[in-house]
Amino acid sequence: MTALHLASPGLAAAAGTLAETGRTSAGEALLFWCLAPIMVLAALGLVFARRAVYAAMSVVVVMVSLAILYVAQEAPFLGVVQVIVYTGAVMMLFLFVLMLVGVDASDSLVETIKGQRWIGWLFGLGLAGVLVGVVLTASGIAPQGLDAANADTNPVGLARIIFGDYVFALEVVGVLLITAAVGALVFTHRERLTRKVGQKERADARVAAGTSLVPLPAPGVYARSNAMDVPALDAQGRPIDASVSRVLRVRGQERSVDEVAADNGAGDAARYLDAPDTGPGTTGGVGSTPPQRSITGEETVQ
Amino acid sequence: MILSASTAGTLLGGAVGLPTSAAVRGADFSQDNPWVWLIKAVLIIVFLLTSVLIAIWFERKVVARMQIRPGPNVHGPFGLLQSLADAMKLLLKEDINVKASDKLIYIVAPMISVFCSLLVFAVIPFGPEVSVFGVVTPLQLTDFPVAVLYILAVTALGVYGIVLGGWSSGSTYPLLGSVRSTAQVISYELAMGLSLVSVFLLAGSMSTSQIVDSQTQVWWFLPLAPAFVIYLISMVGEVNRLPFDLPEAEGELVSGFMTEYSSMKFAWFFLAEYINMINVSAIATTLFFGGWRAPWPLSAINDGMFNEGWWPVLWFLAKMWMFMFMFVWVRGTLLRFRYDQFMKIGWKILIPAALGWIVLVAVVQSVRQFTDTDLRTLLIVLGAIALVGIGASFLIPEKKAPPAEPRAKDQPFDAFADGYPVPPLPGQQLPPSPRRLRARAAADAAARSGAGSPTLTVEAAPSTDQHDDGEEETRG
Repeated sequence: MTALHLASPGLAAAAGTLAETGRTSAGEALLFWCLAPIMVLAALGLVFARRAVYAAMSVVVVMVSLAILYVAQEAPFLGVVQVIVYTGAVMMLFLFVLMLVGVDASDSLVETIKGQRWIGWLFGLGLAGVLVGVVLTASGIAPQGLDAANADTNPVGLARIIFGDYVFALEVVGVLLITAAVGALVFTHRERLTRKVGQKERADARVAAGTSLVPLPAPGVYARSNAMDVPALDAQGRPIDASVSRVLRVRGQERSVDEVAADNGAGDAARYLDAPDTGPGTTGGVGSTPPQRSITGEETVQ
Repeated sequence: MILSASTAGTLLGGAVGLPTSAAVRGADFSQDNPWVWLIKAVLIIVFLLTSVLIAIWFERKVVARMQIRPGPNVHGPFGLLQSLADAMKLLLKEDINVKASDKLIYIVAPMISVFCSLLVFAVIPFGPEVSVFGVVTPLQLTDFPVAVLYILAVTALGVYGIVLGGWSSGSTYPLLGSVRSTAQVISYELAMGLSLVSVFLLAGSMSTSQIVDSQTQVWWFLPLAPAFVIYLISMVGEVNRLPFDLPEAEGELVSGFMTEYSSMKFAWFFLAEYINMINVSAIATTLFFGGWRAPWPLSAINDGMFNEGWWPVLWFLAKMWMFMFMFVWVRGTLLRFRYDQFMKIGWKILIPAALGWIVLVAVVQSVRQFTDTDLRTLLIVLGAIALVGIGASFLIPEKKAPPAEPRAKDQPFDAFADGYPVPPLPGQQLPPSPRRLRARAAADAAARSGAGSPTLTVEAAPSTDQHDDGEEETRG
């Protein structure tokens, strides 16, 4: 919304100034009338979008369109830097946070800070006052023409102004930004109370704990039951409980191999599955000897 | 695709072409008209798409050679048509739209990636001015005073494709992939931008054609070697290639942000990735390797004959493919980083190094400008300072080794340390094998009781013994 307010009068004024000097080409006008409605729609989208990511994307559209208009008005440096800094870094960080926090339409919109709305109105009015003032003072200036402004290419001209006329303001802004960054660091800094545990220590601890050193086996994948809730089979054809997700086991949603086998019509599969391992020669199969009957009843394994 | 690049070209060329023509030495686009722009834009698109096909084949073939296998060799001569067949397969596969996805963004994300990757080549100079059917025009779509910044801006936009694609898929792995890629791009684009600043300082311009022009004497990768190295590293990070391919790490995230994409939408991401590789290679060529300029011995032949006309296109492509080869080489050599190591390199090494380097270059540049010292004296002074610095670095005592853990050598060998059968640590001796002891005892006994010449037997016994032992070890 702010971007829209900021953009429209400024652009109109700029377009007016250019028209007075007779330099608005047909292409530029066409570009403006193509981009302006898009920007207005996107700015409205920022206010009315229900999902936070859509609002963020609307801002991106406004920023990019604005950048194209800057470039068209022969301020290429401003246009390109706008995209790099605001679209490429600032909005990207916003998206980052939105995605990590997972802000959604279902979130409560109740204000937690008291009097937030009134403060918001106050600041909004103040900003509007500043903007109107800027536009009013700007309209009284006699245009120099772009040729004079961009005599030594646009970036050089801009550099002369920023690092010459406004160097103090620039330094003050720089100090402000650095202070903000350091402040953010201080707020998020935590003192480390314990020694840092590195990769080697973790590995040693795991070996010492005597648990499995490798990832747990994946759950069973059979032709008829390609499912997470059926345990895998070990070399002897016995189910491995640890292969099914702990969550499923706690919830009691695990299916045993028997059930799968029964579904598939191999009724007697349970017999050898439950039987203890009695060495070679039994139907369960031991070591490299495969079980004589497949669990799923699909086919006979030789 | 064609439309987007050409409109961008028209726009940039039309709106910003004027200031460039006024500047010194830059490419002169004054004779271009909309038809020339259109033709150049279409040629760039065709060039990029065919290059991608070749790049995929090239990568598979080179990686295969590095792994001692033939690579694709069935379709077409040398398997050249393999990537065409792959592309056809992707086009004809079923296009799956994930139910939990956010439809609009899910579909738009791959397009953002591809469009943004196509835009970069608008400002890359392929060569100097050539004359085609009476029109004299530079082999470059457009150029303007902040062309390199424009490249950075477009790459920054391209990341939105990855981020939004991962988010809109509505699934965990893609989301993790896109969060990683956001963090990655923000940190590595900083290092990348900073490494380019020193080129701007020396070239005195941010327009690509002027930067190429400024490298007539020396290519910037020599005087700006540290910046070049930083750029090389961060460009690999920027395009999500091994060893920096954490956003799509197969081992952890299936394939990261593109897990839920299939068919043509996946192909668009794939296309964007390869075009981005070509892009960053072309940027490295333009900014650090003299752009389209002929390499040294050739550039001296016949009064710079190889720097005019259509020859430069050849040099440009050769250098660009050299960087592409480097991408493949790195992929075939290095392993993927751990995420925290990766971030540490970006923030604690690359960015401070790039900042320090910029300060150095700026100081040297200002000394040159304000005191008008000639370049040779300056270089000698700098060389002397570097030598003194290196000499002084020898005086700094080396970092003490961490308080030594009890050395393995002094500890007795425990064959079952921590409950696992383990080999001896460095410096530890295996206890003598009981089998060898038995064999030696038997040999001694045989020698003592033997009636033949004693010296011979005694000499022979240990040697056979050792031989047996060696064989045992290899078998084990």
